[in-house]
Amino acid sequence: MSASGADAPSARTRIVRRAALELREGMNINLGIGMPTLLADQAEGLAGVLLHSENGLLGIGPYPLAGEEDPDLINAGKETVTAIPGASFFDSAESFAMIRGGHIDLAILGGMEVSQAGDLANWMVPGKMVKGMGGAMDLVAGAKRVVVIMEHRTREGESRVRRECTLPLTGRGVVDRLITELAVFDFPRDGSMALVELAPGVSLSEVEEATEAEFEPTPGLTGS
Amino acid sequence: MSTGKVVGSFTEAVADIEDRATLIVGGFGLCGVPEKSIAALAAKGCRELTVISNNCGVDDFGLGILLANGQIAKMVASYVGENSIFERQYMSGEVEVELVPQGTLAERMRAAGAGIPGFYTATGVGTPVADGKETREFDGRTYLLERALGGEFALVKAWRGDPLGNLVYRDTARNFNPLAAMAGAVTIAEVEELVGVGELDPNEVHTPGIFVQRILEGSDYEKRIERLRVREAQA
Repeated sequence: MSASGADAPSARTRIVRRAALELREGMNINLGIGMPTLLADQAEGLAGVLLHSENGLLGIGPYPLAGEEDPDLINAGKETVTAIPGASFFDSAESFAMIRGGHIDLAILGGMEVSQAGDLANWMVPGKMVKGMGGAMDLVAGAKRVVVIMEHRTREGESRVRRECTLPLTGRGVVDRLITELAVFDFPRDGSMALVELAPGVSLSEVEEATEAEFEPTPGLTGS
Repeated sequence: MSTGKVVGSFTEAVADIEDRATLIVGGFGLCGVPEKSIAALAAKGCRELTVISNNCGVDDFGLGILLANGQIAKMVASYVGENSIFERQYMSGEVEVELVPQGTLAERMRAAGAGIPGFYTATGVGTPVADGKETREFDGRTYLLERALGGEFALVKAWRGDPLGNLVYRDTARNFNPLAAMAGAVTIAEVEELVGVGELDPNEVHTPGIFVQRILEGSDYEKRIERLRVREAQA
């Protein structure tokens, strides 16, 4: 495929680049651990955006300068961070009231599998050590808009975009939008899945081949 | 009773925590963990504890110390990665674990402290967390019934406190501590600085002393950083 030439950006880079277009001025946003954290710089550059950390901070700032780290100030990934002017601190119940109560405009999470009904699996693989779901189940159930970003296939080449998830679920019918390195899909919550964008240089047949789920291309489908 | 909460030592503070006790412990990762009370429990050696806490520390710090000592029989937590001793004890069946979504865990503690026996939440519907739980529909959406979660003792860490048990936390070290304080029948609060009655601005108290039964000042806090991340200074 044309987008996988030697000089082409990696799948993760392409995913993050596309996901950045989901960020809007003035939003309260929760970025999950891993790939979503790579969006923090773009989010911080948008006017009025407040980044939420579920351990009790609204208004995450950049990482601290060396020597200025503070053990009392961390993000949900347990990394040292700073707080921007206008930030607030709160306890975990209030933090999840923000999430569960629909006050978080956008949650961007990593995924392991997404089904055509918008189910998400991203917290455990049976037979492996179970580390726990952390706040992921609360985020997908409570945020106003849930965007999942993940690579389209596993390392073994299997589609992660499936008719039904094979892994234990994080939430059922919770995904609003899925962004992979190949395409963007929307889930209107009627059990259907719509292909709304092809990544630059990716054809519809490539997406069909890489996708186990059944989906409908939207009329007038174009690359982004 | 509103006097006599200040205890003289951590040994004294945890003296009546016996084998098989249920403890609610504040902290997120290693941030805001009651490190002095945990050390005193490790020294006391009580066993078969049920510990309710968002995480379980790392191998040699935080609640990981009690794990390494074989003192924990059951952990109720939202995330238990980062800890190889935990992994080994879990795989071998030495430690039982109940995983609870983080927001549900916080609210279950709050509910216990607030006299609310249960609540409905959409978190976990359609997932393994829902197994065996009552569901109910409100306005066309399905919710799970989750029960309050309290304990005989709570161990919390605050920045400043007074002899009445009023507590002020610092930055994200607040996390689960105020909820643990509410949920414990006996709440033991350790603070970095114990100040006199009247020295805390009542407007700025996070945990009113009514939720705290014992308080004492710790010294030489390690406050270990789990993941140091820094940025380059701009030229």
